[in-house]
Amino acid sequence: MAGLMSRTSSVVKAWISKLLDRAEDPSVTLDYSYEKQLEMLQNVKRGVADVVTAKKRLELQTQKLEQELPKLDQQARAALSAGREDLARAALERKTVAQAQLQGLDQQITGLEAQQEKLLANEKRLSAKVESFRSQKEVIKAQYSAAEAQVRITEAATGIGEEMADTGLAIQRAQDKTEQMQARAAAVDELVESGALEDWTSGETSLDRELAQISTQSQVDDELAKLKGELAAGGAKKELEQ
Amino acid sequence: MIVRLMGEGQFQVSDDLLAQLNELDDKAQAAADANDEPELDRVLDEMWGLVQGDGERLADDDLHPSDVLIPPSDLSLEETQRLFSDQGLIPDIPAA
Repeated sequence: MAGLMSRTSSVVKAWISKLLDRAEDPSVTLDYSYEKQLEMLQNVKRGVADVVTAKKRLELQTQKLEQELPKLDQQARAALSAGREDLARAALERKTVAQAQLQGLDQQITGLEAQQEKLLANEKRLSAKVESFRSQKEVIKAQYSAAEAQVRITEAATGIGEEMADTGLAIQRAQDKTEQMQARAAAVDELVESGALEDWTSGETSLDRELAQISTQSQVDDELAKLKGELAAGGAKKELEQ
Repeated sequence: MIVRLMGEGQFQVSDDLLAQLNELDDKAQAAADANDEPELDRVLDEMWGLVQGDGERLADDDLHPSDVLIPPSDLSLEETQRLFSDQGLIPDIPAA
């Protein structure tokens, strides 16, 4: 077996044997290893909490953005009825950006949820192993000669070390993903905060710059036409009523 | 033999199954060397499917080390490479 599978497992084993070489007395090794396991378990719990917090934050942002959408609609409508097509266009552009962000956020929250579940399963498994190690270590200490104990310890510690490494990787991946999302979330925050559309005159150049990258032209055109149609229809209706 | 599906847990597999996995592992290695991520993902998924379908899950409190580890297909090539380097996956050895 020369492929991926053997390479990964030998990396783990190398790490474990280095760890075990540290102590010569089996009972010291056992206690040391158990201490490290508890530490790791704490880290895992913290990692899970971090991911949950990040998810909450993204959810809050989704809510904020959702509230922003009708406001932008209204503003576009108001701008258009005041004859300011340029402002209406800007508001609709912003709306399109917000919609795209919302979609991205939804996907990310779903992804984070899946990851959170996996982490919790990992945490549960690691806890069970740590607990099993704790009871075994007393048995090993009491019942085996030093040489025998060393063999048993190596096996038990490798088993649990592997679980620790695996869980550590899962946490690391979740945190990497969370960091990416937080960077994105910060960008969304900025978008929402700069979404105060009152100051049209001064805001417009920076607005143009921000949105220039995103091709929203056709959707905006469509929506603008729709709004115009609605306003025209409303106007015609009023004329008829009079 | 005991196989770990990384992030998922450990499974007991038969020698027959292991032989199949071994073949797939060669393919996975070839795909990884060729930077062919879609092929690598496909092979890894196939390996996961086999282990989950035909392997027997070990109890959570079982302390046996695995004979082989199989990474998940949703790792990026870069992550996989980091995993196979000397550091990365394995936490640093704590100072005594």
